[in-house]
Amino acid sequence: MPLTTEEVRRVALLARMELPEEELASQAQHLNTLLQHVEILQKLNVEGVEPTSHPLPPVNTLRNDEKRPSLAREEALANAPEARDGCFAVPRIVEDNAS
Amino acid sequence: MPEYEPVIGMECHAELLTESKMFCGCANQFGGEPNTRCCPVCLGMPGSLPVTNRKAVEHVIRTALALNCTVASRARFDRKNYFYPDLPKGYQISQYDNPIGASGWLDIEVNGQKKRIHIRRVHLEEDTGKLFHTVGNESYVDLNRAGVPLMEIVTEFPPDIHSTAEARAYLMKLRAILTYLEVCDGKMEQGSLRCEPNVSLRPVGAAAYGTKTEIKNLNSFRAVQRGIEYELERQASLLNHGEKVVQETRGWNEARQATFAQRSKEVEQEYRYFPEPDLLPLDITPQWIEEIRASLPELPDARHARFVEQYGISNADAAQLTETRSLADYYEQTAGAADPRAAANWIMGDLSRILNAQSLDIANSPVSSPHLAVMINMIERGDISGKLGKTLLERMAATGENPQTLAQREGLVVLRDTVALEAALDSVLAENSAIVSDIVEKGLVNKRGFLVGQVMKATQGKADPRDVNKLLDEKLSRKN
Repeated sequence: MPLTTEEVRRVALLARMELPEEELASQAQHLNTLLQHVEILQKLNVEGVEPTSHPLPPVNTLRNDEKRPSLAREEALANAPEARDGCFAVPRIVEDNAS
Repeated sequence: MPEYEPVIGMECHAELLTESKMFCGCANQFGGEPNTRCCPVCLGMPGSLPVTNRKAVEHVIRTALALNCTVASRARFDRKNYFYPDLPKGYQISQYDNPIGASGWLDIEVNGQKKRIHIRRVHLEEDTGKLFHTVGNESYVDLNRAGVPLMEIVTEFPPDIHSTAEARAYLMKLRAILTYLEVCDGKMEQGSLRCEPNVSLRPVGAAAYGTKTEIKNLNSFRAVQRGIEYELERQASLLNHGEKVVQETRGWNEARQATFAQRSKEVEQEYRYFPEPDLLPLDITPQWIEEIRASLPELPDARHARFVEQYGISNADAAQLTETRSLADYYEQTAGAADPRAAANWIMGDLSRILNAQSLDIANSPVSSPHLAVMINMIERGDISGKLGKTLLERMAATGENPQTLAQREGLVVLRDTVALEAALDSVLAENSAIVSDIVEKGLVNKRGFLVGQVMKATQGKADPRDVNKLLDEKLSRKN
């Protein structure tokens, strides 16, 4: 079941990728090549095999609940395109009319 | 108009009480200057890697056990992918199809009716940052909260909750359990316990469910109750007018006491969950589970039953006194040193009124439990009257002083001076000779109460009514 250009457009939107209209068809073709590899894998009989979510065996790598120093605020904000009043500044998010 | 049945699901988020965040060592603390508790991990810097906080995992296992859930032997973290400015990585580390706890329940009681509310899942994830909306064309982001360990607790589908009262009772019980377990401080107004009910209506007897809406921004018990009530009324009105309920997220506006449309959910968000490759699955051994089970404290239901049994207080009083762990602890300390029933009455009555007036939690009560016990014992012995006890409690709350010292200094102790008492009684009898003759000659004994009241008044309530009665008996029998 090959991907349609419509599906590619939606995937691009979800990933916030700007994909020019003329590239949709070629990207669809490209992605379909990848999906064909997966189709080959899907032919394997994996009955009774537990799904693997990680190549390493499940060893609990947990840390103790201890505080460590954080970054200085200037450092935390150093890479921000815009910062104001000690905060990251982003284009206004309008989600409600609560105010 | 058809009768509708409310159908309510509850999704709650609890910030876990840990020193550090979920996947890094930044402090997990409410408030603070913006962006001062951040590091490359919780800022989502490339190349940084998360390491899971053991305490947070244990808190979720504790909660799962207390909520009668099955604890998974193997749990996994997944990425929930979406873009929002309060989510620095572009994904939230959460749990999708392999939560730590599943298939549990808690019991509630509404109007004397017990009901079991089933819980679908308890899982662990990380909190997002906070957004501030300014008047200009920008929003500000504070990432101090980003990466704080967050536990999600979701009720089972089909839902068991069918009224606002049941929803409220569920939330109260859940908060009680979380605070008893000391996994969450339960402060709704600070957002450490958040509740997003989803609400729908269906005609009574109908099999199919109606379209639901989800309510957000509810930061108090009252808001949860009002928000659900508002949504139920709004949906009923739509349905009665032949209109459709739109599936959406609605925010609660506290000032207007109304919900408003936030985000349409007609197109289901596509989160593209997949296993978090930066974290190994969690291996939860039976031994680990048993260690945690052995460390569970006495939970609200058990404590409630024990209070009724051990202290002989009513079911309703025990329910109220076990609502929070600090209140139950305070009661138990008082009831251990004074009459348990009197202790219950004073705590739920006058003391709770004083605390409410000052917006204080029982844990910060200006009247200590040993002091309250001393005061109750003073009343029991007749050193002060119950009426003066109320005044004394006010003074104790204002000064934090020992009731005995206070009562002595402020003259609140009972008048034990029989000469003074007799003088007061004699003048009352002299002033009310007509009533005295009614009692002595006509046998109208119900008029005695008036005389006792007059003596109490003359002594500013300091006389012991038992002493007054005894003395009055003597006087009247002599007149006979």
